Amino acid sequence: MTTPATAPPAAEALCVEALSKRFAGVRALHDVHIDVRAGEVLALMGENGAGKSTLLKILSGDYQPDSGRLVLEGEPVVFRTPAEAHRAGVRIIYQEPEIVPHVSVAENVYIGALPRRRGRLLDRGALHARVQADLERYGFAQVLRPDTLGGRLSAAQRQLVEILRALTGNVRVIAFDEPTSSLSEHEVDALFALIRRLRDDGVAIIYVSHRMKEIFRIADRVAVLRDGRLVGQRAVAETSEDELVRMMVGRDLSAMFRRRHTGAARDRSMLSVRSLTTDDVTDISFDVRAGEVLGLTGLVGAGRSELVRAVVGDLPIRSGRVLVDGEPVRLRSPRDAVRVGIGLAPEERKADALILERTVRDNVSLAVLSRLSRFRIVRRGRERDLVNRYVRQLDVRTPSVEQEVRRLSGGNQQKVVLARWLARRPKVLILDEPTRGIDVGAKAEIYSLIDELAAEGIAVLVISSELPEILGLADRIIVMQHGRITGELTHDDATEERILALAMADQLTSEGVIR
Amino acid sequence: MSQTADRIASSPAPDSPTRGLSLRRALDFVGVQNVSLLIALGILVTIIGTQDPVFFQTANIKTIGTAVAISGLLAVAQTVVIVLGALDISVGSQAGLASVVSAMAFTATSGNAALGIAAALALGLCCGLVNGVVIVFGRVNPVIATLATLAAFKGVAQLVSNGRAQGYTGADPVFIFLSRGSIAGIPTLIWVFVLAAAAVHVMLKYTDLGRNIYAIGGNDNAARLSGININRYILGVYAMTGLIAALAGILITARTGSGQPVSGSEGLELEAITAAALGGCALKGGKGAVSGTILAVLLLGVLTNGMTLLGINPFWQNVAKGTLLVVAVVIQQVRSGERRVGLPT
Repeated sequence: MTTPATAPPAAEALCVEALSKRFAGVRALHDVHIDVRAGEVLALMGENGAGKSTLLKILSGDYQPDSGRLVLEGEPVVFRTPAEAHRAGVRIIYQEPEIVPHVSVAENVYIGALPRRRGRLLDRGALHARVQADLERYGFAQVLRPDTLGGRLSAAQRQLVEILRALTGNVRVIAFDEPTSSLSEHEVDALFALIRRLRDDGVAIIYVSHRMKEIFRIADRVAVLRDGRLVGQRAVAETSEDELVRMMVGRDLSAMFRRRHTGAARDRSMLSVRSLTTDDVTDISFDVRAGEVLGLTGLVGAGRSELVRAVVGDLPIRSGRVLVDGEPVRLRSPRDAVRVGIGLAPEERKADALILERTVRDNVSLAVLSRLSRFRIVRRGRERDLVNRYVRQLDVRTPSVEQEVRRLSGGNQQKVVLARWLARRPKVLILDEPTRGIDVGAKAEIYSLIDELAAEGIAVLVISSELPEILGLADRIIVMQHGRITGELTHDDATEERILALAMADQLTSEGVIR
Repeated sequence: MSQTADRIASSPAPDSPTRGLSLRRALDFVGVQNVSLLIALGILVTIIGTQDPVFFQTANIKTIGTAVAISGLLAVAQTVVIVLGALDISVGSQAGLASVVSAMAFTATSGNAALGIAAALALGLCCGLVNGVVIVFGRVNPVIATLATLAAFKGVAQLVSNGRAQGYTGADPVFIFLSRGSIAGIPTLIWVFVLAAAAVHVMLKYTDLGRNIYAIGGNDNAARLSGININRYILGVYAMTGLIAALAGILITARTGSGQPVSGSEGLELEAITAAALGGCALKGGKGAVSGTILAVLLLGVLTNGMTLLGINPFWQNVAKGTLLVVAVVIQQVRSGERRVGLPT
């Protein structure tokens, strides 16, 4: 191995031996061998459906393997429940953590192990002091306070609570499941500092991510899964992005971004926002023109999602105007927005966009049911034709349109959301983090789809925290910070550095002043 | 691409092209979730029928039908409310109030049955709208709101009637037709129930209204962002429920020959919720169907009828109903594979 911390004698903290798992005849994992040493970061990669989540759920005790075994520090172990895995020192940090909304951060962290005094009285002072110490030790004191209520936390803060929770007690192995998908760049830095510290303390770390850059920053080795099998393991120093992508998808994705939509009717503004002020954003003005992709970026918490929700009438507007295709409109609810031709695909796919227990057909036709109906009766033949057309056009991989949406992978679920809006034929399409938690292959498909939509003349507004995505997709990029627009860049001028400079403008200057 | 192949391979392979397909069609028609109800009904009918052949006589089957018609109406309305993700506990009180009002309006108009019925229906609509307005604009949880109106509507019914049965409709031809008449040999009560259930079934399954109700119950954020006016649907569903509850109240008046503030309707709300839950409605919303509810109503009706025929202590009937509900829901939950931790959804 290349890193000194993982010199040969380092013990194998966790071995996964010949693990197999099937679900109703579908092979989720097949004869997988993986080991993680104490004091190393092993990245686990693979497209959605490759078996990463199944593997994590076996480690956490949520699933039992059909065959094969786990060996923890030389001892074979069986985790029948998550509690057993926890006791043995194995922690999994999931993408969408469960946070109790009505209690404080401190209680959320020490949930199940609250400090007590005299019988069952909660020792609130000791609890807060302990959490405050944890926050300072791990470098999160700036972003999280122990007394904030769980319900008020941002996605990034919820993730941090989940991490703090995992660090209580004796920890031997920690697996992170796409921890950065809701984090902004500087929060990622703090997380990586924490991971390095844990690694140096001798914890074995499994790091699941789709983001190549992160793998190369943080991991010592990479293991790649495809279709439930281990394709290979590489030392990070001896591999390349191209090789890993090839291992994952078996095809070359160098052309993730094709831009065919340039040169459309750029002078026709389909959505104009003028001096918009709400509880979260201040004096926002921008235009999205027909046939263009406008990127909207900024750190998490900059007010991007709140801005678009106000634009579609889902959050109250204090002052300012919205014009659609040149006409001033007053949008009191998303219903009004849909009527004038604005569609919003929200950030939280499962919570805000999909009806998970209904079929692909139900989900795709949701926004056009009244158009498909005569005398209020939905014409099923027409509906089926329409849904089939968009399922084909977007290449939604589903056995049939009668499949429940919850059974689809993340990428295909996102395509279902897009299909819903395409069926409505909107003038303006707003996509909030359209590729969050989606595998590389599906990402490329969604990028090319966004490009096609713009080519057809739709005005597309894409919100994203992933800078390469914004850089690749957008014709123009507006950057927000603390609820204000701090700058606009054209496709040709934009670089990651420039965007970050605008996104963190006052932080950089204030830090410059202090130091 | 291999993903596609995997997905296709994972979908159940049709075993034999002809028989498999027709079985599939039959299953689709009945609905997979209704199969266990049908099996239970079949077993129950077999047991009771072999014990006492009277069970299969036309008169007895009519008895079962008329016995379930009133609670069945409320169960069908409750199904829609539950699919929307809400609950209406006040349906029994609404039916009682409508019963009193139908008889009092009938008496006040010196025997105009049509006006009596119209007054009851108008009142039911208003009661339903009150529920909807309290929930939507008062932001009161549907269980709490209708728990409140359960008490309030019952109180109003007792106030206007002084707590006594009102009027005498037993001699009016319209009310007699409703309670004891028949069309094509089938009692009017059953016709009312079947037609109302069919109308609600079509609304829920085949119209955009019904599909939007499922969407709201399944994920109200998604429904709202897709342009569905959720408030209007809540008001509409509660208004419809009030209307159906009033219809049930009119049938109570017809059957008893007078307006009953409490005695004909008390406890019907729980029977309605029992049937809906037994029929496969999930209380969190988005799931359930009129077909399942009707099967459940029949199952409960057959159970009561059969136990009476077999001379079993009526107290056991409640124990049997309760057991049936728990067993049915346990089976549904085991099939859905929910983890056995914490409060179930």
